[in-house]
Amino acid sequence: MHIDSILSEQEIAAIEKEVAKLPMPKAACIEALKIVQQHRGWVSDDSLQLIAQHLQMSTAELDSVATFYNLIFRKPVGRHVILLCDSISCYVMGYEKIYEGLQRQLQIGFGETSPDGRFTLLPNACLGTCDHAPALMIDQDTYPDLKPEQLEAILNTYP
Amino acid sequence: MEKPLTQYINPNRPALHLKEYERVGGYSALRKALTMAPKDITNMVQEADLKGRGGAGFNTGMKWSFVPMDPDIGTKYLIANADEMEPGTFKDRLLMEGNPHQLIEGMIIAAYAIQANVSFIFLRWAYKKAARLLEQAIAEAYDAGYLGRPMGSTGYQLHLHLHTGVGRYICGEETALLNALEGKRATPRLKPPFPQISGLFGRPTIVNNVETLCNVPHIVNNGPDWFKALSNSGDAGTKLYGVSGRVKTPGIWELPLGTPMDQLLEDHAGGMQDGYRFRGALPGGASTDFLVTEHLKINLDYKSVASAGSRLGTGTMVVLDDRTCPVGFVHNLEHFFAQESCGWCSPCREGLPWTEKILRSIEDGRGTIQDLEILEQHTIQLGPGRTFCALAPGAMEPLQSALKYFREDFESHISQKKCPWR
Ligand SMILES: Cc1cc2nc3c(=O)[nH]c(=O)nc-3n(C[C@H](O)[C@H](O)[C@H](O)COP(=O)(O)O)c2cc1C
Ligand code: SF4
Repeated sequence: MHIDSILSEQEIAAIEKEVAKLPMPKAACIEALKIVQQHRGWVSDDSLQLIAQHLQMSTAELDSVATFYNLIFRKPVGRHVILLCDSISCYVMGYEKIYEGLQRQLQIGFGETSPDGRFTLLPNACLGTCDHAPALMIDQDTYPDLKPEQLEAILNTYP
Repeated sequence: MEKPLTQYINPNRPALHLKEYERVGGYSALRKALTMAPKDITNMVQEADLKGRGGAGFNTGMKWSFVPMDPDIGTKYLIANADEMEPGTFKDRLLMEGNPHQLIEGMIIAAYAIQANVSFIFLRWAYKKAARLLEQAIAEAYDAGYLGRPMGSTGYQLHLHLHTGVGRYICGEETALLNALEGKRATPRLKPPFPQISGLFGRPTIVNNVETLCNVPHIVNNGPDWFKALSNSGDAGTKLYGVSGRVKTPGIWELPLGTPMDQLLEDHAGGMQDGYRFRGALPGGASTDFLVTEHLKINLDYKSVASAGSRLGTGTMVVLDDRTCPVGFVHNLEHFFAQESCGWCSPCREGLPWTEKILRSIEDGRGTIQDLEILEQHTIQLGPGRTFCALAPGAMEPLQSALKYFREDFESHISQKKCPWR
C-alpha cells in the first residue's frame, strides 16, 4: 500500500485534538498541515488531498493556505532544515559570511537540498535572536553568536 | 528602580514554575481581579494609560472598552499576539521564556475584564523554547484551576490554547492573525468592523501584544498611580528596550518609559564597539524611521520619538554603524518587506519589489539619480492610507528617513558606480 494513501492513526488523533478546540473542522487546517509535515517531513499532493478530505474542504482551498506559509513544505526537504536569519541585525553582524561558509561546507545555496538528502538550506526572516546575531536554526535548535569556523562542528552533530 | 516585568527573570535560572510564581505573589492579581467588576478592571487599565506595546501604542483599557458587554452576547475571544517577527525585535521572547505564568495571569485578567471564555496565544514558529515553557505553564494553570474551571464565586472560567504559526511576518498584523487562526491565508481584513466587535470567527475579540498583557497583573496589584510613577515621561510604565548591531553589549533591559536614547546606548548597550562609529538607529524595529546623532538626547517615549519624526514601535533598536553601507542596510529591510508582503493590495505587492530592485541596482553601482526620485515617489504611494494595512507604510519609514539623512551615500553610489563600502 502506498504510504500516503491514508492518514495514520496518530495523525488523525492529533488532528482531531486540534479540531475539538475550534468551531469548525477546516479552521484546524494549518494545525493539520503541521501535524502531517511533522510525520512525513513535507506535504505532498497526496497528503494534501487526505487532509482536505478529512477536514471537509477542497484540496485547492487547502493548497492556497499551505502555499501561503513559508514553513509548510510543499516539496521534499532534507532530513534537517537549516534556517539562516538574513534580516537586519544579522546583516549588520555579518550573516553573509555564515552563508558563504554553509555554501562551502554543503555545496548548496538557498532553496537547495544537499545531494545526500541531509540538509535543506533556507533563508529565514528575523529569528528574534538579534542581540546574539548572526544566528541560525537547525530543526528545533537555535545557534546564536555564530562564527563561520563553528559551522563544521555544528553540522557534524546532525546525521 | 522597579522592574515589574523582569524582576523574576534571570537568564541563568530556569523560568519560575507555578509554585514558585505563586510564592512571589503570582496569581494574587487574578484573585484580586475576580473580586472586582469586569468594567472596573478595564477602567483601571485605561486610567493607568497602558499603551499597547505591539507597536501602535493605543490605550489598552480604551480598546477593551469597545467590547460589547451584553451578557447574552455569546462567545468572545482574547488573543495574545506573540508573533514577534519585526526584524530587530526580541522582547516578547524574553517575557515568555523568562516568566510564562506572568503572561498567562495577564491573559486571564484581560479575558475576565472583557468576559471572554476562550483565549489563544499566537506564537511564532521559531520560538521553540517559549512554546515548550508555555505548554508546561498552561498545563500547570489548568491543574491548579486557574484555567478550564469556574473560579471562586464568580463562576468565571477561561480556556487557553497555544497556536504556533508556520511563518510569515504579516501574521502579526492583528486581523491577518485572526485569519491565520481561522485556518486561512493570513491577509488582513477590512476595518471597520474592528475585531473588538467582529473578530475571530466573527465574534468580539481583543488582540494584545505579549508585553502589554504582562503589565496587566502589576497594574491590578498596584494601581494606576504606581504604574504612571514608573515612567520618566508622559507615557506610563516601564518598557523593554533592546539594542542590536555593533554595540559592545547588545541586549534587552526593562527601563522607565522615556529613558534617553544616549543612556540606552551608552550605559546599557556599552557604546559602540571599538573601531565603529554610530551613524543612526531604527528605534523600534525595522518599520520605524531612522534617528541620527542629533537625536541622541531624546527620551524614548511615544511622544518624544514621534516629535523626532519616528516611532517608538517595539522599543527594540537596530544600530547602523559607519562600516555598514546605509544603502545595503535599507536594501536588506526592503528585501524583507517585499518578501513578506501578503500580496493582497497592489501598491504593496508591486511597489515593494520595485523598491527592492532599485535599491539593489544602486547598491550594485547601476543606479541613476532618477532612481532616487522613484524611491521618493514610492514613499508617498505606499504611505499611510494608500494600502490595505500598515505593512507597506511601515516599510517606507526607514526608506524615507534614509533618503533624508544618508542622501549623500545614495548619491556617492550613483556617481562612483559602486558601493563605497565594498
Ligand atoms: C505587518 C505588521 C506586523 C505586526 N506584527 C506584530 C507582532 O508580531 N506582534 C504584535 O504584538 N503586534 C504586531 N503588529 C501590531 C498588531 O497589528 C496590533 O496592533 C497589536 O498586536 C495590538 O496589541 P497592543 O495594542 O497590545 O500593542 C503588527 C502590525 C503590522 C502592520
Ligand atoms: S499593505 Fe501589503 S501586507 Fe498589507 S494588505 Fe496590502 S499587500 Fe498585504
